[in-house]
Amino acid sequence: MVSAATAVMGANEIEVASPKIVVRDVTIRYAGTPALSGVSLDVREHEVFGIIGPANAGKTSFLKALNRMDMFTDGMKVEGSIEFDGRPIDRLRNVYALRSRIGVVFPLPVGLPLTIYENVALAPRLGGMRNKAELDDIVERCLTRAALWDEVKDRLNSLGSLLSGGQQQRLTIARALSQQPDVLILDEFSIAVDPVTTMRIEDVLKELKHELTIILVTNLVQQAQRLADRTAFFLEGECVEVGKTSDLFDGRVQDSRTRDYIEGKFG
Amino acid sequence: MFEASELNLRNKRTESLYRTLFLVMTLLLILPVLLILGTLIVKGASAISWEFLFGYPKDGMTAGGIFPALVGTIWLVSVALLVSVPLGVAAAIYLNEYAGENWFTRIINLAIINLAGVPSIVHALFGVGAFVIFFGFGTSILAASLTLAIMTLPVVIVSTRESLRAVPMAFREACWNMGATRWQTIRRVVLPNAVPGILTGVILEVSRTTGETAPIMFTGAAFFLPFLPESVFDQTMALSLHLFVVSTQVPNVPENLPYGVALVLIGMVLLMNSLSIALRMYLRGKKKW
Repeated sequence: MVSAATAVMGANEIEVASPKIVVRDVTIRYAGTPALSGVSLDVREHEVFGIIGPANAGKTSFLKALNRMDMFTDGMKVEGSIEFDGRPIDRLRNVYALRSRIGVVFPLPVGLPLTIYENVALAPRLGGMRNKAELDDIVERCLTRAALWDEVKDRLNSLGSLLSGGQQQRLTIARALSQQPDVLILDEFSIAVDPVTTMRIEDVLKELKHELTIILVTNLVQQAQRLADRTAFFLEGECVEVGKTSDLFDGRVQDSRTRDYIEGKFG
Repeated sequence: MFEASELNLRNKRTESLYRTLFLVMTLLLILPVLLILGTLIVKGASAISWEFLFGYPKDGMTAGGIFPALVGTIWLVSVALLVSVPLGVAAAIYLNEYAGENWFTRIINLAIINLAGVPSIVHALFGVGAFVIFFGFGTSILAASLTLAIMTLPVVIVSTRESLRAVPMAFREACWNMGATRWQTIRRVVLPNAVPGILTGVILEVSRTTGETAPIMFTGAAFFLPFLPESVFDQTMALSLHLFVVSTQVPNVPENLPYGVALVLIGMVLLMNSLSIALRMYLRGKKKW
């Protein structure tokens, strides 16, 4: 499994800008009321794709559509097409496999009420892995990559839900990495995290970018500026524009609302 | 600036009045419990002995022990639990974890509420019709336990559903996002954290089942049987019915005997309840989030 993933990764490095996720004309409704309409964009392999925008812009709904969480959400309907690695996700037989290739980090850290070790070993175990040595290895590697290993290596058997907020958020990242995902989605991960931990996580993301594609939803425009290669601006259920982050922040925008938001005139 | 005005003084008086009122009401609650327990202990304690607990009734039930009734109650409750717990827990899991909010689940919820509201004597008649006659179990532990199980099913379903609901949605979402199926999520994250609540509900159900009389008196509990049941197809004595019998149906019963039976019965129920409270406190101490 590991070697196959590396092989895929190697192949992808040749065509760096190939699209990982292609979104065309996606509209999301809750019980008929649209939360997001007519979004079209590409997320490229190995980029950090930022999504900025104020509350109620439809950012979280968009993320939910990407890994077919509409299945678990009453009344949520997704129209339009989303392709993951060239395959339309609404026609996938095995949505569980899709979800396991997309790691998700939530706004509020969710340490599952399991031990730290079990939190990180859960995804591999769900995938059927039983070998203790392999699991140990994954746990250590993922916690190390999430910059948490040194703090918890002596108490892997204490509860993950009792860690501090910042530690839990890094635990969540480690857990997401344990799925060996191609795409890592972070939904406003720094809301409940102190600034120092935020910077540590941002450093982690800069490292991870070499291995996977990152979609970073944030309400801090500076965070998008620091991390994202390209950024989309969502506003009131509409994707206003998508562009290179440096262009957007240098004022080369197509829509004046983007400039206003970035300059802090509203939002 | 801090002088009390007329209004302040009046508010203060009303405040202490209401406070006292509510306190008195609360104390009134304890009164019946104390009176019942007190009466039972004063009048019944003299009946309790080794022979009373482990002996058979003698002399037309005016003397001897209550062993067959004690054992019978344990049989009835255990068999009822074996049926109602798996059924109730499974139904609650379906309702809370799988079913969406639609007309189908609304009908089921309505049925559960109605089932909880059916008087126990009606359950008894249903038990006679369904289990004793239609399924042909005869008057037996099986028929009586099934009747009890159906009667307590709503308790199990509701308490299980409440404890499932108490597990935060975020845990499920985190699991689903990892590619877990609903069942994997339930088994690994939801159920382990709902077990304390489920257990508490089950124990409360036990204590309720222990005391029920009407549902078992036509379906499987016997007036007097001088031997212990050997299988679920036998009839049995039961503590609750035995209490009814010795207090109203048998002449020349010594006064302390019914009180002794009642004391044993209530002792069993109180034991179960304290067990449930202790368990809940212990598990709450281990709460994981």
